[in-house]
Amino acid sequence: MAVDVAVERSGIASSRRRALLIEAAIVLAIALVFILVVPLLLSGFRLNLMGRFLALSIVALGIDLIWGFTGLLSLGHGIFFTLGGYALAMHLKLQIPPTASSQLPEFMSLYGVTELPWFWQPFYSFPFAALAVVLIPGILAGLLGYVIFRNRIRGVYFSILTQAATIIFFNFFNGQQKLFNGTNGLTDFQTLFGVKVNAPATQYGFYVLTIIFLILAYALCRWLTSGRFGRLLMAIRDDESRVRFTGYNPTGFKVLVFAISGALAGLSGALFTLQTGIVSPNSMNIAFSIEMVIWVAVGGRATLVGAILGTLVVNFAKSLLSEKFPDIWLFFQGGLFLLVVMFLPDGIIGWLRTEGKNLVRRLTGRKQIATYPSLEEDPEVDYERKNLGD
Amino acid sequence: MNEKILEIKDLTVSFDGFKALNNLNFSLNTGELRVIIGPNGAGKTTFLDIITGKTKPTEGQVFFKGKNLRPYSEDQIARMGIGRKFQTPRVYLNLSPRENLELACNRVKTVFTTLFKKTPTAERRTVSGLLETIGLSHKADMKANLLSHGEKQWLEIGMLVAQSPDLLLVDEPVAGLTDEETERTGELLVSLAESHSIIVIEHDMEFVRQIAQGTVTVLHQGSVLCEGPFDVVQTNPRVIEVYLGQEIDHDAPESIPADLTSAALQGIGEPDQIHTDLSSAALQEIGEPDQVY
Repeated sequence: MAVDVAVERSGIASSRRRALLIEAAIVLAIALVFILVVPLLLSGFRLNLMGRFLALSIVALGIDLIWGFTGLLSLGHGIFFTLGGYALAMHLKLQIPPTASSQLPEFMSLYGVTELPWFWQPFYSFPFAALAVVLIPGILAGLLGYVIFRNRIRGVYFSILTQAATIIFFNFFNGQQKLFNGTNGLTDFQTLFGVKVNAPATQYGFYVLTIIFLILAYALCRWLTSGRFGRLLMAIRDDESRVRFTGYNPTGFKVLVFAISGALAGLSGALFTLQTGIVSPNSMNIAFSIEMVIWVAVGGRATLVGAILGTLVVNFAKSLLSEKFPDIWLFFQGGLFLLVVMFLPDGIIGWLRTEGKNLVRRLTGRKQIATYPSLEEDPEVDYERKNLGD
Repeated sequence: MNEKILEIKDLTVSFDGFKALNNLNFSLNTGELRVIIGPNGAGKTTFLDIITGKTKPTEGQVFFKGKNLRPYSEDQIARMGIGRKFQTPRVYLNLSPRENLELACNRVKTVFTTLFKKTPTAERRTVSGLLETIGLSHKADMKANLLSHGEKQWLEIGMLVAQSPDLLLVDEPVAGLTDEETERTGELLVSLAESHSIIVIEHDMEFVRQIAQGTVTVLHQGSVLCEGPFDVVQTNPRVIEVYLGQEIDHDAPESIPADLTSAALQGIGEPDQIHTDLSSAALQEIGEPDQVY
């Protein structure tokens, strides 16, 4: 018996390892195509868009973690995204040449600030700013999550609370002209490490950096969702009180996932800011946070790949449509979302995994299974065949 | 003689003035299999909610292994050793039976062990054994939402056992099952009674007859109406009255509760007498596990 289990397990383990290696190879291949081939095919403008959208897909991964896997619909990821953007932008705004007349970011002089506010000081240091990009949104999400989840606030109430938080942050940043340049946000970045931020080579560097961080974020999410931890997240999504009665306290799990999701949003915001050259409270408006959820829904919840794919598809569709039909493109966006909700409830990836498979099967002329969709054969027969021989 | 694993004293639970449980006293010995019956609305599910910490008592105390449960939350109570099976099968439909059981089997249920530690071999072996016991070995790795209703019921019972609790609370385990499945569920529960204390709440009298080896408790309007061996309880006129919904010969409805309270007082048998032959009865009833499956 014990030997059986051990043999079975090593078999499963090795096949799993092989599957992981194949996946890693595929990811690497796609990444290389994006780094080496895509820049040759796209114009500078489109490549910059691609870089931005890849940055956005990191926040989509975060949403997939918290919504797709854990079942908590956050409509406030714009906060974490924007905070990450601000953290990096503050460092960029402090790259003032020593010859300049004022050693303050220009908007501060404009509003009559004479001394750099204390909390700007540490952002002179790049390591601090880089950590702040993920830690500030991560910790904020953790605290917010702790208060919410501890009090067992779930479902719609959670979503509403995250929206309320979005409004609070939006208004705060909008109102702080002296600290954050208010509604105009932080823009007009000059240099980073002494390199011109807007030079094409630097922008290409940011593009590559975005891809690397996207791969890391994807790997992190894959790791989180593949083992026992990931299964517990799905268990929380599917039946939280069962999880409680099984002896787990879901609060800690939810707080951790929300914090990680917030940190990913922060990273995404920083990379996005580098490529757009601006961060403003505008990205804390509610519509943007809801858009993020739409990307994940279109790509397919709880699939990770779907989050990335959905982000790229929706955003490219949006940018193309807004160029071709500047007046009515919003209707297309709404229509796309309706289409997905009605015909692809599991998103593009979900559709590919079920209907797509059947389609391929039909096209290649293989027999279609009409009854139990996921049962290729009677499992009892299969089990006997495997264990008892013919 | 036997140690009490669960003791409930003067328990009252009211929801906005409605008393779901009313001055209920109850105790369960270690190793006992107790069946609780009662008409709809008797407070059976509230009773389980109280023990598992889902609802807090308005008055009175619940002691589990001598510890007052009031300050503990559901998950703490579950870790103390109380497992609960819900009325409808509550399994994680998007996970496979094996994964369902592994989550329940996990000994250290903190965030970091769950994240960083792999499932130990011992736990994997327990899970494999359990899969065999509940007859799901051949369906161990498909999604649980493809299982039949009965298989889900068993999977949930398996998850309970995987938690390795000392006390199992089972709420209507055979609702919606075929006769054959009902019988197998009964056999499963009886064999589990070897090593656990169990409370089963049930409606199906056939099934109660199958599994009730010792005391049966009848709940009515939030209190214990009577307690005793199934045969005795079955013939108790009060029980027949409330259970079969026969009209009580009173014109004024107000007088019914008072009447029932006295009935409850009369009806309570002497628990000690009954429990003495429980263990021997249990031993006789239990077949070889291999033979059963």
